Amino acid sequence: MKLRKMTFNKQLLIPLIALLALAIFNLLADPSFYKITLGYNSAGNPVLSGYLITILDYGSELAILAIGMTLVTAATGGQDISVGAAIAIAGSVILRVLCGTETSPAHMKAPVIVAFLIAVVVAMLFGAFNGTLVSVFNIPPMVATLILYTAGRSIAAWINNNQLPIVNEKSFHVYGGFIPGIPIPTPFFIAVICAGLTALMLKFTTLGLYTQAVGINEKSSRLNGINPTFIKFLTFVILGVCVAVAALIKVSRLSTINYSVIAKDIEMDAILAVALGGNALSGGKFNMPASILGAYVIQFLTTTLYKCNVSSAALSAYKAVVVIVLVVLSAPTVKDKLSKFWNKVKPATSKEKEAA
Amino acid sequence: MKENTILEMKNIHKRFPGVKALQGVDFSLNKGEIHALMGENGAGKSTLIKVLTGVYEKNEGEIYVNGIEKPAVIRSPQEAQALGISTVYQEITLCQNLSVAENMFIGRLNHNNGRSWKKMNEAADKILKNLGIPARATQQLSTCSIAIQQMVAIARAVDMDCKVLILDEPTSSLDEGEVEKLFTLMRDLKKRGVGIIFVTHFLEQVYEVCDKITVLRDGKLVGEYEIKDLPRVQLVSKMLGKELDDVSEIKDSSLAYKGTDTDVPVYEAKGLTGTTGIKPFDFEIKKGEVNGFTGLLGSGRSECVRAIFGADRTVGGTVKIDGKETKINRPIDAMKHGIAYLPEDRKGDGIVGDLSVRDNIILALQVKKGFFKPFTKAEANKFADEYIKLLNIKTASADTPIKSLSGGNQQKVILGRWLLTHPEYLILDEPTRGIDVGTKIEIQKLVLKLASEGMSITFISSETDEMLRTCSRLIVMRDGKVVGELKDDELTQNMIMSTIAGGEA
Repeated sequence: MKLRKMTFNKQLLIPLIALLALAIFNLLADPSFYKITLGYNSAGNPVLSGYLITILDYGSELAILAIGMTLVTAATGGQDISVGAAIAIAGSVILRVLCGTETSPAHMKAPVIVAFLIAVVVAMLFGAFNGTLVSVFNIPPMVATLILYTAGRSIAAWINNNQLPIVNEKSFHVYGGFIPGIPIPTPFFIAVICAGLTALMLKFTTLGLYTQAVGINEKSSRLNGINPTFIKFLTFVILGVCVAVAALIKVSRLSTINYSVIAKDIEMDAILAVALGGNALSGGKFNMPASILGAYVIQFLTTTLYKCNVSSAALSAYKAVVVIVLVVLSAPTVKDKLSKFWNKVKPATSKEKEAA
Repeated sequence: MKENTILEMKNIHKRFPGVKALQGVDFSLNKGEIHALMGENGAGKSTLIKVLTGVYEKNEGEIYVNGIEKPAVIRSPQEAQALGISTVYQEITLCQNLSVAENMFIGRLNHNNGRSWKKMNEAADKILKNLGIPARATQQLSTCSIAIQQMVAIARAVDMDCKVLILDEPTSSLDEGEVEKLFTLMRDLKKRGVGIIFVTHFLEQVYEVCDKITVLRDGKLVGEYEIKDLPRVQLVSKMLGKELDDVSEIKDSSLAYKGTDTDVPVYEAKGLTGTTGIKPFDFEIKKGEVNGFTGLLGSGRSECVRAIFGADRTVGGTVKIDGKETKINRPIDAMKHGIAYLPEDRKGDGIVGDLSVRDNIILALQVKKGFFKPFTKAEANKFADEYIKLLNIKTASADTPIKSLSGGNQQKVILGRWLLTHPEYLILDEPTRGIDVGTKIEIQKLVLKLASEGMSITFISSETDEMLRTCSRLIVMRDGKVVGELKDDELTQNMIMSTIAGGEA
């Protein structure tokens, strides 16, 4: 049991160290980064604002996607790059249901929950499409999801006849904004619910064991009675659900949609979150809490960069630096050297303890 | 250091967290000598080899190479290679989709072989011819048999001017003819003055080709012996560290099965037709019976049991379990009917490498139990501890990833995985391949014990004496076809050989 705890902590260490580095950087660069102010929004409800709140807000949608991306990565050893496009589709579906054929109706045509559930189904179907290509036809995930990555935003536009419907009711802002009376952004609560549901799913099903087994050795998994095709398929469908949730948050923030920009490049951040969580992008073992923490750290980085007046066009270049560091650190040769170094340091400290 | 010595390892220590893998081991190798390195799994053979080839760093000790007075520094396989130490592993580490010549020269192209494809192929053909290896330079490697691929790997090593050639279990996936070819090559290299370290589990082969034997046990040196001074029985007892009652005992207590013809078979197949090149076959097994498929490598014995388990697709025939007709399309179907299958390819089909020993043990039972009923941590720990103890699995903890265990212990984990499902019918395909004598005997004993408790077992092994010891009935295969069935008095080496040879003799 002791050992298990140790490995658990060790993996969480990677995103935690990254977080610490960012936190210290901000503290030195400009301590006002940590300023949080309580104000009132136009509806007169209390809201917190500040960079940390932004991180909590936008990091949450990323965290939700990271959950699904972690499972896909573990089972298939590949990543879904169509997440952003799929969010555009799911968001478009939500608006189509809420607005009907009008572009700016005074009232919503259907309850949000109905719109959301329909979006969930649609996103699951697109997940199933990706999943089928990967699991049944054995197409590498990146290649398979390239199809939807390319076509997704056109499909999203087509769903609303290339119109940009607007939801005028204030109550729709709740999901991407604030619940009246509660100053913490709603996405955070949604992320907590998603993380909780995931924890339950991993506790009360064998999904965790199966995805890891399939990711590590598909042939062996099959001989132990697991259906690898189905497991891989399932992870894409679960990612579909995550996509729909993220889409609801996204369109709720804007009350409308911009097909070409919404959730642009978010798949890269989600993949980065999985990697920053110390999970091998080649599949196999995974650590869900580390991925979720990784998502917030990525958002922390993005927000820090914005704060430093890095233009959004240049953002990717800075993130690339993080990718380089991550990839180098997780390369087997470096890992080996690090562990050797660690072993040299560790006996020394334990000897010191003995001496003391 | 004597004049003739090309390699001397002195007082080698290697420690891993919690384990002393090597404790003061000495090893020396002469020019033109084939030196067997023997020991049980976990005795430290692999660790010693890995220290020698720079995969592991030693904690203590010195290595002298080529008679140089100063200890050699070997920190990587490249450095080892530069000193003339090359290794050919059990698993082929060449590139399947490149040609033979490309494989031989990959990573070391120079003026002699790198100026044109023609030059490279000529150079390769010359070496192949010189060593008498029946392969063409332009042939794609994957079209060569495993034995030839191994020889190509050896040719590569020889051409790199290797003075010490390490062969790690080279024969475990070869049939007898191929082994003989490999031995011819080894003897040839010996004449050229290459020192060969031969790691194997096959006693026969050691006596056929080696000059000296070094025995390790539990990370310590037991001794170095001239082959003529060490009879087989003594070698085995030195490896095990005990006298050989166990070995003889199992021979005597063989064939406990006393079934009757009227029993309903636990499993019965009629005209089972696979998709992997085997002819339709009939097969049955009764409660408490141990039977086996025998035949040369590639005769279809593994394909038969894979068809029974549903590992490969079947397209015809009827299957009855306990007399009731049923269909087995996938492994899970077989598992639900109480069939368990330990696959031949432990690394590829058996273990789930990165998962812990515990997860590997519970995997099959967990799948059988169902997706929505995961075991609690406490249950999983209980199962894992139970089977680690029962099968005497040597592991630091249940949390250790299975891939870091030695081969024999990995095999025990897989065996534990299937025993945990409490099967009525257990299929063991090469359960003793590549594992040490002690564990082999343990597994054979276990098979007989389980059978006496009522489990039906199908046992496949390349070593016929092992099959004779455990099975009461043997199905003989040749070229994908069942060519005979042997039982009672017919169960002798000679009968098996002549049945395998059949009318072609």
